[in-house]
Amino acid sequence: MQRVRTHSAVMAGAALTAMALSLAACSSSSSSSGGGSSSSSLSGTLNASGSTFQLTFQQTAIQSFKSVQPNMTINYGGGGSGKGRTDLASGVVQFAGSDSPIPSDETANFKGKTVLYFPVVIGPITMSYNLSGVTGLKLTAPVIADIFQAKIAKWNDPAITALNPGVKLPSTPIVIARRSDSSGTTANFSQFLVDSSPNWKLGTSSTISWPAASRGGNGNGGVAQIVKTTPGAIGYVDYSDAKASGLSYASVKNKAGNYVAPSISSATSAADNATVAPNLTFSSVWTPGAQSYPVTYQSWDLVYQKQSSTNTTKMLKAYIGYLLGAGQQLLPQLNYAPLPASLDQKATAQLSKIGS
Amino acid sequence: MSTVTQQAGPATPAGPARPLSGRRPLGDRTFQVITLAAGLLVLVILVLIAFSTTQQAAPWFKAEGWGIFGTTWNPATNQFGALAFIYGTAITGVIALIMAVPVSVAIALLLTEVVPYRWARPIVYVIDLLAVVPSVVWGLWGILVFAPWIAKIYAHIGSAVTGIPVLDSLFGPPTSGASFFTAGIILAFMITPIVTSLSREVIATVPAIDKEGAYALGATRLEMIQGAVWPHSKGGIVGAVLLGLGRAMGETIAVALVIGSSATITSHLFAPGDSMPAVIANQFGEASGVFRAALMGLGVLLFAFTIIVNVIARAAVGRSVEQGSA
Repeated sequence: MQRVRTHSAVMAGAALTAMALSLAACSSSSSSSGGGSSSSSLSGTLNASGSTFQLTFQQTAIQSFKSVQPNMTINYGGGGSGKGRTDLASGVVQFAGSDSPIPSDETANFKGKTVLYFPVVIGPITMSYNLSGVTGLKLTAPVIADIFQAKIAKWNDPAITALNPGVKLPSTPIVIARRSDSSGTTANFSQFLVDSSPNWKLGTSSTISWPAASRGGNGNGGVAQIVKTTPGAIGYVDYSDAKASGLSYASVKNKAGNYVAPSISSATSAADNATVAPNLTFSSVWTPGAQSYPVTYQSWDLVYQKQSSTNTTKMLKAYIGYLLGAGQQLLPQLNYAPLPASLDQKATAQLSKIGS
Repeated sequence: MSTVTQQAGPATPAGPARPLSGRRPLGDRTFQVITLAAGLLVLVILVLIAFSTTQQAAPWFKAEGWGIFGTTWNPATNQFGALAFIYGTAITGVIALIMAVPVSVAIALLLTEVVPYRWARPIVYVIDLLAVVPSVVWGLWGILVFAPWIAKIYAHIGSAVTGIPVLDSLFGPPTSGASFFTAGIILAFMITPIVTSLSREVIATVPAIDKEGAYALGATRLEMIQGAVWPHSKGGIVGAVLLGLGRAMGETIAVALVIGSSATITSHLFAPGDSMPAVIANQFGEASGVFRAALMGLGVLLFAFTIIVNVIARAAVGRSVEQGSA
């Protein structure tokens, strides 16, 4: 680590010297060197932290980005969206991953500086369950709300059997599996219940006051582990972790009234039907559209519009441009959903604002 | 210039440590300055940590007032009462002490009074190995191996005590293996080495003449321990126990993994709960605003509690060791 730091510091120093030299050499035509940022070779380090939802995608993208810009080092440390935003506000990182827009009580931290939102990844949250012999379970938002509030205690409750004619449901007690750590997954799952179900009373936050009998797991992997090992368990698990653990998951009735299973295409459809604000913030939860999966969430990379260094500006444009371009093709194999085309275009167009 | 030499003149011979030489060598003085700086550095860092965490926690203290000791912790409704976590920290610490202290003191007596020295050495090594196990390993072992296993025992105990007044409310039907009690057991494993080694040191200070005297009066080994060792090392063992409690109170990741993460105050020891360090570790990542300040504030409270416990413990150990050497 120490060695890498020193190395990158030397690289940055070399880059600065090179830039100074080139500026001195052609002070009259400096605009030409700034224009070809995408094709020229960049060197330096970008540090980032935040959303753990993005972590797998970032790690994979950083690896493949090496073939585009071999001299650029990008460090993406997880830590959670809250940590990412704090790090960005205190200037420790050049960009932050966040599963939610900056909350109102945090705006003061950014001291009035404009923060640009670049959506980079979409993902469905599955209702994963452990019932041997039961496949293709169907659930509606109000029933999910009652299950997670411990109002429905057994799997053969009339509320569930009514949605699943022809499926033989056992009398197994329902075990609620939820996150023990604070999470954007919890925030978006509870946002879905707030938007869709008037009977949901627990509100929405990154941590929720769950029923006492629920079982907490650390990370999506921890919840998946509980669901996998506990008969009768149901938990909200990120699609990629549910796939990795081989869990069964339910189809959920969407706003249009159709039962839709979580998938890459149904998540992209949900994001495509979201109302996108001019600053590219939106919510993919409970959006209209016949094929939209209703429990879908998204994550942004947050970047200051104003940048002090030209090199950092170029590197940010190159890397985030890569995430929005070729990087999107990496998402399906990781079981995340790519951005819908219209949103990707808007985000790509916004790249030019960095450093302006 | 002349005033400087005048001042330096009387100052140097006054140093009582080196009366023979006129002035202390430069190396000696530099060494003194460096060691003093190192000592002060620790103090300064401690004060800075206390100051900055308190400052970061200020929005919580402002928003809640005495409500910081409220029973409801619900970020969704912006209620941040810490009592459930203080309760969890206390109850897991107590469970850990109840299990670890008798075992630790027994081991310490075994090592000092029962087995010969050459056998004591390997036993000490093995016990110290317990302290080497990283806490995350304890936590993972706890949640993946120990909790599912002990959940069955909980279920048996739970059904056995149904209907019995007090026991039912303590050991009532469990929900899963992750609970106050599991966290307490894991903590007991973790604090056994420290309580054992401190107790052993305290017991070792008992003067041989007291013990020989007891034997000379015809005391058996047990009577000797009761009459000579115990009165002498009581205070020190209390200190060792309190240091163990300090360790248990601050333990984070092992507890975070096994305690079940539910902000509830209940007499049911087999129910999931939460503790102060565990909730900080679990919820910090996505916290913002007052939520974040509240977690910082929990850190301040925990810092204060552990300092109090440690100061009392050091005082108890110190007094006992002084008595021993006197």
